[in-house]
Amino acid sequence: MIELIAQNPILAALVALVGLSILFGALLGFAAEKFKVVGDPIVEQIDELLPQTQCGQCGFPGCRPYAESIAAGDVINKCPPGGQSTINAIANLLDVPAPELDAEHGVESEVKTVAYIREDECIGCTKCIQACPVDAILGAAKLMHTVITDECTGCDLCVEPCPVDCIDMLPVAETIADWKWTIPAKPGQMIATDRRGAVASADHNEDAA
Amino acid sequence: MAEFAVILVSSILINNYVLVQFLGLCPFMGVSNKLESAIGMAAATTFVLTLTAMASYIVNAMVLEPLGLIYLRTIAFILVIAAVVQFTKMFIEKTSPLLYRVLGVFLPLITTNCAVLGVALQNTSKDLNFVQSSLYGFGAGAGFSLVLIFFSAMRERLSAADVPESFKGAAIAMITAGLMSLAFMGFSGLV
Repeated sequence: MIELIAQNPILAALVALVGLSILFGALLGFAAEKFKVVGDPIVEQIDELLPQTQCGQCGFPGCRPYAESIAAGDVINKCPPGGQSTINAIANLLDVPAPELDAEHGVESEVKTVAYIREDECIGCTKCIQACPVDAILGAAKLMHTVITDECTGCDLCVEPCPVDCIDMLPVAETIADWKWTIPAKPGQMIATDRRGAVASADHNEDAA
Repeated sequence: MAEFAVILVSSILINNYVLVQFLGLCPFMGVSNKLESAIGMAAATTFVLTLTAMASYIVNAMVLEPLGLIYLRTIAFILVIAAVVQFTKMFIEKTSPLLYRVLGVFLPLITTNCAVLGVALQNTSKDLNFVQSSLYGFGAGAGFSLVLIFFSAMRERLSAADVPESFKGAAIAMITAGLMSLAFMGFSGLV
């Protein structure tokens, strides 16, 4: 058998190449099993950047479906709760230019808000409970409802269904944990000598030189 | 030891595959727009080149030469390269999904990077041993990485530079590559 192969160059070539192909095929098959990718890891990373309000303002039923859509090539500017900072973070992750927030899907609110139910006006209809995407409203039929403030993402979805309009969106109270030092409006105006204007400062630079 | 140093200097600088032998120019122009993707491409190509140099030596010495099939080198090496690139693609997809996205179509295109086949064929024609040929493959990859990263860094600067309208984009990149090639010719006769 071996003698026959060695003496017949065409047979030798065939055996060698087919053997090599089978060997590499087996190696690749093994590697495919070993390095199998479960799910799409990029979806996980995008989903982590989205605000998880599950508000549906992007037109998808929640944050994860939108993350899957972005991974499949959708535009990244449909998330009003996340706002520009989320768009920038996703653009950075995907290595694409960051667009402005698409106004069609809502505007980014200036301050973070949380729903508040005026409890003495609540009739216990449970409509807001069904609307809440994160189950942040507690209550039962014909009993007063209330909002679990820590769970509320401020998505506005419960305001519309309320038949007696007893839900308000209130700004989240500032605490020591999230207080930020506000930058003075015009920092250049703080020093009296800066008020003389550009010409005066140019002269001053020449003097110094 | 000195012999290894000579091989490395020779394959990285003197016989640089991109700028002296003009092999593998497609990824050199295609993936050099951004420094980050250039670094990823450089690492992937170096990995493929080293692995290919080893595998092609084994295939050549253990299969082709004993059977007297040296004329089948090119086909056998293409088979080796395709398998190694496919393996690299799977490996990157698992370990760095982001790099996988950034490299995109250029990752499977390493298969058609002629520097890879060039290294495998030159190794066999130079009658190198296993260690020498794998070092030669690594050196070729390192040389490719060096010029690709330099070139992409320059292109990042160029995109911010005030280039005349008619030279913008690919034109100035070609001129830059030409000047780099001229500079690398200065290394000839170093060893």
